[in-house]
Amino acid sequence: MEVQEAKFKVIGTRPIRHDGVDKVTGRARYGADISLPGMLHAKVLRSPHAHARIKSIDTSAAQALPGVKAVITGNDLPDLAAGAQQMGEMVINPRYLSLNILAKDKALYNGHAIAAVAATSPHIAEEALNLIKVEYEVLPPVLHVNKAMAAGATILLSELRTSGEPEKSDQETNVATHVRFARGDLEAGFKAADAVVEHEFDTSMVHQGYIEPHNAVAQYNADGHSTVWVSTQGTFSVRELCAHILQMPVGNIKVVPAEIGGGFGGKTTVYLEPLALFLSKKTAKPVKMIMSRTEVLKATGPTSGSFIRCKIGAKKDGTITAAQIWMAYEAGAFPGSPVGAGCMTVFAPYALENLQIDGYDVVVNKPKTCAYRAPGATNAAFAAETVLDELAEKLSLDPLEFRRINGAKEGTAQPAGPQFRRIGFLETLEAAKNSEHYKSSLPKVAGKLVGRGVASGFWFNAGFQSSATVSINGDGTANVVTGSPDIGGSRASCAMIAAEVLGLKAEQVNPVVADTDSIGHTDVTGGSRVTFATGYAVYDAAQSAVKQLRERAATLWKVKPEDVVYQDGVVSCTTNGQESMSLKQLAGRLARAGGPVTGSAAVNPRGVGPAFATQIADVAVDPETGKVDILRFTAVQDVGKAVHPSYVEGQIHGGVSQGIGWALNEEYYYDENGIMRNSGFLDYRMPTCLDLPMIETVLIEVANPGHPIGIRGVGEVPIVPPPAAIANALYRALGVRLTELPMSPPKVVKALMEKK
Amino acid sequence: MATIIIPALLRKLTGGKDRTEAQGRTLGEIVNDLERQFPGFRERVVEDGDLSGSIAVSIDGEIITGGLSEPVPPNSELHFVPAIGGGI
Amino acid sequence: MAGKVHVETTLNGEQIEFLCEPRQSLLEVLRDVLGFTGAKEGCLTGDCGACSVIIDGRVACSCLVLGPEVQSKTLETVEGLATSGDKLHPLQQKFLEHAALQCGICTPGFLVAAKALLDRNPNPTEHEVRFGLAGNLCRCTGYDKIVRAVMDAAAVMQGR
Repeated sequence: MEVQEAKFKVIGTRPIRHDGVDKVTGRARYGADISLPGMLHAKVLRSPHAHARIKSIDTSAAQALPGVKAVITGNDLPDLAAGAQQMGEMVINPRYLSLNILAKDKALYNGHAIAAVAATSPHIAEEALNLIKVEYEVLPPVLHVNKAMAAGATILLSELRTSGEPEKSDQETNVATHVRFARGDLEAGFKAADAVVEHEFDTSMVHQGYIEPHNAVAQYNADGHSTVWVSTQGTFSVRELCAHILQMPVGNIKVVPAEIGGGFGGKTTVYLEPLALFLSKKTAKPVKMIMSRTEVLKATGPTSGSFIRCKIGAKKDGTITAAQIWMAYEAGAFPGSPVGAGCMTVFAPYALENLQIDGYDVVVNKPKTCAYRAPGATNAAFAAETVLDELAEKLSLDPLEFRRINGAKEGTAQPAGPQFRRIGFLETLEAAKNSEHYKSSLPKVAGKLVGRGVASGFWFNAGFQSSATVSINGDGTANVVTGSPDIGGSRASCAMIAAEVLGLKAEQVNPVVADTDSIGHTDVTGGSRVTFATGYAVYDAAQSAVKQLRERAATLWKVKPEDVVYQDGVVSCTTNGQESMSLKQLAGRLARAGGPVTGSAAVNPRGVGPAFATQIADVAVDPETGKVDILRFTAVQDVGKAVHPSYVEGQIHGGVSQGIGWALNEEYYYDENGIMRNSGFLDYRMPTCLDLPMIETVLIEVANPGHPIGIRGVGEVPIVPPPAAIANALYRALGVRLTELPMSPPKVVKALMEKK
Repeated sequence: MATIIIPALLRKLTGGKDRTEAQGRTLGEIVNDLERQFPGFRERVVEDGDLSGSIAVSIDGEIITGGLSEPVPPNSELHFVPAIGGGI
Repeated sequence: MAGKVHVETTLNGEQIEFLCEPRQSLLEVLRDVLGFTGAKEGCLTGDCGACSVIIDGRVACSCLVLGPEVQSKTLETVEGLATSGDKLHPLQQKFLEHAALQCGICTPGFLVAAKALLDRNPNPTEHEVRFGLAGNLCRCTGYDKIVRAVMDAAAVMQGR
């Protein structure tokens, strides 16, 4: 598809977002802000043990507490068949999903849901939890992938067998899946290398850290229809998952998207929604549930900790001759880590002949992981980009130049096999090299050790299904309705795309994020897909509206639609020079011209454009305390076409900040019993504004040929390079390679002491 | 005829071959030909009568969306990769 | 259940009264008793600042204050920032212009904390802004545009 190199009038500008006033006045309604008359409040009892058999649950005392209206346990939910199932575009294991929401026979992590209570106030519900008596048989917890994979390891799920291997095994295991990509001759490649570097890496489980805890309000009606209000990234996912877990018809559940206070992938599944719905059915009242921060950290879906071994070899001239990586990712209590995506993204920025990538999905007694912004990619990039940095040093090559020599471009085969189309990786390297940051000398900071490091990253982005309608109002303004919850400003981008096609200003288009009864199927907001795919649907729907407008004008002028053109918000007749109307004029006459105008479109688009990022970090380290300050940070990215540049910059700022936290402070600190000891925002230490400098962004636009506007997803790749960039900077500051995440002060001090 | 790159973990089925040629105008016909060449291949990639949800297929670099009825152009290169969403 | 306490206080310039249980936090009172859902619950331990309000001129985490404690005090919340009708406060306006919000959940807390900061220090440096707002967590924006918005608002409020 040819990208129109047109001069855009709206795309590329920075209008004020349409939901902005509501958000700065406190009027915007997030899930926890919703209240219904007669509403009950529900709370969840959670396992104090990381691994235990549930021998009995006695809820009688809780049920007798005044104000308590219902108590449920896992045995109240339907028993679901084992095995993975296709659910729309998703492949999920409904039985495991249901067990995660409410355990049946086993508690598999500290925080695992055991029972739920609905009561007239949240305080009474909490008191009732204390009255539930549970008898546990405590089992040894498995807390590291290496321990989980060792011979004789305690087994979490007795029915689990490893999938992906050529021969099916009947061996009990904690390894759910093995993924491998391989090509060429690895042994010959390493033999041909002049320098080979190999390291082992260990990264901690980390959380998406959205400020808004999970919430759900559910109302079940006597006619079998129900409504769920929820802050979610995927209304249609919530609908399908609830339907499946509770064995209710999909079409009977309406999911209404409340505003959402951050997701980053962590709000793409369900935890509270099925419980609230079930309790509402049981009590015949609306039920509201909100998680506490501790529950969010312990019982939602952080991303995997991992153990990685990476070995790369290169010739004196800088050509990489062989690359190998072995990665084991924590899935948490049930299978499903992002190790597959980690395997597909690592090494992707480079053209490689000889490679082998092995990934293992391993269950451990920790919360079931969920997606976190470019899931799986950051762990792998931390390893690969560190090894590449050391190789560049051994070969006396500038690290950006080393990447350029091996850089992937159009036609390069990805590690997973398919060839790239037009991509912008080399452009990011060039821009990084020419940046003011890279050309400047490292500042001196009194009493501190300073260093500069670079790293690159890749994310493939997603397409998937989206629906949209565009309708014309009587005054010539327009409405755009989509089903994509807005987590980063996407409703404004959708309005801008419609405005561009219709020849309107952005503020003349009203974007609406609709519930599941009001718009066609739309897959989750995630995968950096909304501006690309929902934007594609909006583009098509707006084009459909334009076609109808031409037909209406043709009717009024008694000419053929082919003789009417639409340009910049004006319809004119090509055969009859005098006739022309503005959209506003035409909109006022639609009733007599054939009727209202609504364009609709549904897409499952191809032509997804992947994204590359190259980043530069300057750090200053206090050698006594190990505290690392980020002095300066530049993030270069190929963004395809920046529809609203402020929000593209915003995605980069946000992803980089999360990456910095992941690099320096964030971790799940477990004791030997598998209890998370830092389950609050004080000790789960995310960056504050005092921890960060201004983050410089360089937006490169290499248009994606697969999209009419050239759009590439932008939201995820920024989180991929920061831990490696910072590790490489720390190496130059300290003279030591740190291979564990986070590179927190105690680890930095220890590394410095060991060096002496 | 299309060139099929065999996924690494299935090369035991193909006696170590990492690529092969296959006949077929649709993905379904290609898979049937692969089954003829390497018995056991189909059950690795097909579930409930269509392409398994955990597998995606790339034809000439583009992930296709038509499942087994997807047309396969002659002389194209076909890869089986894990189906992955992002932020999902 | 303990009996409810009757509290009289001033909220965004208006004298109001409410009933609450002694164990209900000010955050709970604002949101569930009075219906002012601008202040948000993020952590309930005073670490994220999403529940920030101003009490007698000082910014405070309303999750750490009990409802009855605001007897006879002066409260300001995000709902009181916009002055007459819908005229936005310069901080609100600059947040919009600078795209200083993405999901917006931390925005009310930041606006309140920033107002308290500028009330105390009308002409802060970038470092003083970062120090003054370090009690408010944002996970979406990396703070870059928030800091720019606050400094731009300070300039506007000073007539610069």
